[in-house]
Amino acid sequence: MAELGSLMQGFAVVLSPMNVLLMFVGIILGVLIGVLPGLGGANGVAILLPLTFTMPPTSAIIMLSCIYWGALFGGAITSILFNIPGEPWSVATTFDGYPLAQKGQAGAALTAAFTSSFIGAFVAVVMITFLAPLVAKFALKFGPPEFFAVYLLTFCSFVGMGKGSPLKILVAMSLGFALAAVGMDTVTGQLRLTFGSTELMRGFDFLIAVIGLFGIGEILLSMEEGLEFKGKQARIDPRVVLQTWKELPRYWMTSLRSSLVGIWMGITPGGATPASFMSYGLAKKMSKDGAKFGTGQIEGVVAPETAAHAAGTSALLPMLALGIPGSPTAAVLLGGLLIWGLQPGPLLFVEQKDFVWGLIASMYLGNLVGLIVVLTTVPLFASILRIPFSIVAPVIIVICAIGAYTVHSAMFDVWLMLVFGVIGYVFKKLDYPLAPMVLALVLGDKAEDSFRQSMLSAQGDLTVFWSNPLVGSITTLALIMLLWPLIAKLIALARGPKDDELAAQRPVD
Amino acid sequence: MSPSTPPSPRDGIRNTTVEALVAAIILGLGLVTATESWRLGARWTDDGPGAGYFPFYIALVMILASAGILIQALRSRRSDTDLFVDRASLRQVLQVLVPAVLYVLAVQFVGIYLASALYIALFMVLLGRFGWVHSLAVGLGVSAVFFVMFEVWFKVPLFKGALNPTAFLGY
Repeated sequence: MAELGSLMQGFAVVLSPMNVLLMFVGIILGVLIGVLPGLGGANGVAILLPLTFTMPPTSAIIMLSCIYWGALFGGAITSILFNIPGEPWSVATTFDGYPLAQKGQAGAALTAAFTSSFIGAFVAVVMITFLAPLVAKFALKFGPPEFFAVYLLTFCSFVGMGKGSPLKILVAMSLGFALAAVGMDTVTGQLRLTFGSTELMRGFDFLIAVIGLFGIGEILLSMEEGLEFKGKQARIDPRVVLQTWKELPRYWMTSLRSSLVGIWMGITPGGATPASFMSYGLAKKMSKDGAKFGTGQIEGVVAPETAAHAAGTSALLPMLALGIPGSPTAAVLLGGLLIWGLQPGPLLFVEQKDFVWGLIASMYLGNLVGLIVVLTTVPLFASILRIPFSIVAPVIIVICAIGAYTVHSAMFDVWLMLVFGVIGYVFKKLDYPLAPMVLALVLGDKAEDSFRQSMLSAQGDLTVFWSNPLVGSITTLALIMLLWPLIAKLIALARGPKDDELAAQRPVD
Repeated sequence: MSPSTPPSPRDGIRNTTVEALVAAIILGLGLVTATESWRLGARWTDDGPGAGYFPFYIALVMILASAGILIQALRSRRSDTDLFVDRASLRQVLQVLVPAVLYVLAVQFVGIYLASALYIALFMVLLGRFGWVHSLAVGLGVSAVFFVMFEVWFKVPLFKGALNPTAFLGY
């Protein structure tokens, strides 16, 4: 139980007045980001990251991770009240959340959503508390081939578990890797793919890509839909909260199942969006009220919200223990660690105990603070959505431009952001997934380094990736994932087609 | 698609066209990356793999995958008549994109604060049909908040533009 001792120490780090204040600020900013179209977890954190360069790392990560929790909570508000998912992972919440709001039970739906979010996150944090140190200890023995195999598994999982065309996933990923290669080569010191441009020597910063792809791209998309917010009124009555809480224990099976689905999808880079859909689908199949799903069932809100939050939280486990983020937002946080001078990976648990356990402790407290904040301030955030889009849109673009500029104090980056915005819009419309591209851009250099180091030590012999049982099984698993679309097709041919009714509604992300 | 044709719901850019175009661009990028990586040394050098080793294979994946998408798009040209974007939506999108480009251009000259205030105000007047006074107030207000936040609190200087019209503020 050494973890409990470390955790208590973590609580001691977190519970300074300054950090608690930052926690509240982070949650409120996060909910705001989750509610507004065009600002999401990933680019919200990316925009605010430069502001934290001068803070101590522990305070900075507390604030930024709280923004992430806030964004996870915030997505539910727009889904339930306005039938507009603020984030891709809250699409499944609209299926039963909005019908409930139409029936006048918005308060109950919101309470159920927030509470299940909290429960999902809580289960995931408990898992992180005990599993992350073990994984990190195990990973300390990893050499370059093992690390490269894990990177390979991460990227192949996108192909194996992603929705949509495997070719498009491969294109998005390789584009990310190619962009990451631009600039100075860390090993030989040669300039690569800069074509003589001094602006390109810096390389493509993934923060700029995230702000453009998710921020500007999202604004262009919502503009096309001609956004007009016509929502249901919501006030959360304490009595409704208590009543809903009394009802929730009945769905403990759904909560537990959804948490597990979420944790699994979060650790493997499946992500929160597929987790929420999978969990909704499972709940619909297994619940005795399954037939009534889609007409406003509390259980239909509980399932996706629990899973999305559990997945969003678990995505931080591989980021902390291995230095491999499970989601774009975790990737941005990882970028933050590098900027604050911390080397993410298994050594973090040995060298930066205060930081790691402070972060884990802040996950417990941050989610509790989040639950309290959202339950009390829903009307405020709902009224923000009634601000006309012609004010919100330019302000968000200004915020994105400022965010892009502050990364390197370079105007070129602001232009780049616009280009990434158009790419994001076109890619979203053509169902190219953005998450693998961002992750490839973040991990490109590190994946390349571990690949080159393994190749060096093995003198170019590819069998190094099967040189011991551990690395061999990870590599084999990765290749199975990569070929999974083909394997699945063969299985389907042999067995006859099976249709997935929710597949059409699930966004590619 | 001359401007005189009456807009119908089926009017706009075809999905397969954009699909093929994007795949072709990525294919081109892949070829450029591959040749450039080859030039840098994509093979084994005296001291291990060359600088272009990894990017070269990445470029190969890019070329093969985008060629696959291109072939799929060209094949389904007849059967898939879905629209990428219809005319009305394209207009909406350009209504945001074009001012955004002009805004960044303005930032280049007059700096972030002034350009943002003008951009927000003009956006509100032209697209939101707000009054001038109201719009200018919001624009200047938002800019002022950012100024205080960045220059005063966080001490992160933002871009003041080539002409630096806000120099009189002393930041």
